[in-house]
Amino acid sequence: MRHLTLVRRIAARPSIVFEAMTTAEGVAAWFGPDDLPVVSAEMDARVGGAYRVHFRTLDGRDHEACGEFLELVPPRRIVMSWSWELGGVFEEQGRISRVEISLAAIAGGTELTFTHAELSNEPSEKSHTWGWTGALNKLVRHVESAAAPDAPAHH
Amino acid sequence: MVNYRSRDLDRVFATLADPTRRAILARLAREENLSISALAEPFSIKLPAVMKHLDVLGEAGLITRSKHGRTVEVRLSPAPLRGATEWLRFYERFWSTSLDRLAAHAERKEDEARGAEARAKGKRR
Repeated sequence: MRHLTLVRRIAARPSIVFEAMTTAEGVAAWFGPDDLPVVSAEMDARVGGAYRVHFRTLDGRDHEACGEFLELVPPRRIVMSWSWELGGVFEEQGRISRVEISLAAIAGGTELTFTHAELSNEPSEKSHTWGWTGALNKLVRHVESAAAPDAPAHH
Repeated sequence: MVNYRSRDLDRVFATLADPTRRAILARLAREENLSISALAEPFSIKLPAVMKHLDVLGEAGLITRSKHGRTVEVRLSPAPLRGATEWLRFYERFWSTSLDRLAAHAERKEDEARGAEARAKGKRR
């Protein structure tokens, strides 16, 4: 299983960050991979409550992520299930992954640790079966650096 | 956003499952432009077998062939390989941008909260 972890230091107290992540109004203000606004957001922030965020991306596609709050410890911890109802990552459609957020009070604000866990690893599973994942990655890197028009090797 | 299809990915991975085809790609990555006979040279297999591998690579979009007089030159076409790794980076881009925007939003709210607190304090005095 793959996972992704990101850490951000935010100049705001944990309760404000917590609210921004657990209310529809808060989520609508930041959610999404580009600057297009969120179309709609519903957050029933209690354990077992559902959430749903519908957003559109600059390429014109519609996406909807939804799931359930599994743990809520204000203002420190949020765990929720995650799946794509619409759009998103093709390989992940019909799968459920897990998002974990922890908020720690630090001087001047909050340290947010974000983990998206239990992501699909379908291609790498296949590649492990065939025993060439490292070779593929190396090849891809090599090919990309050789093919990139702005690669330093070409100047 | 990820816009290639799973079927295309499967084809790329199936194509790369063969060691001769991987060796051909690795060589093309190093040497850019090769004739079919130059490509076949290091392998202990016959030219028609190499041609077959090239057909598979061509169908997956991993190479292009162009005719120059009597020789056919083979070139690497890396786009499908990029597609094969792109979806793994999707979430990183998605969350990285979202969390940057979350931070900006929360910091605005913090400023508002501090302003309100300062005003409330002022009134009490």
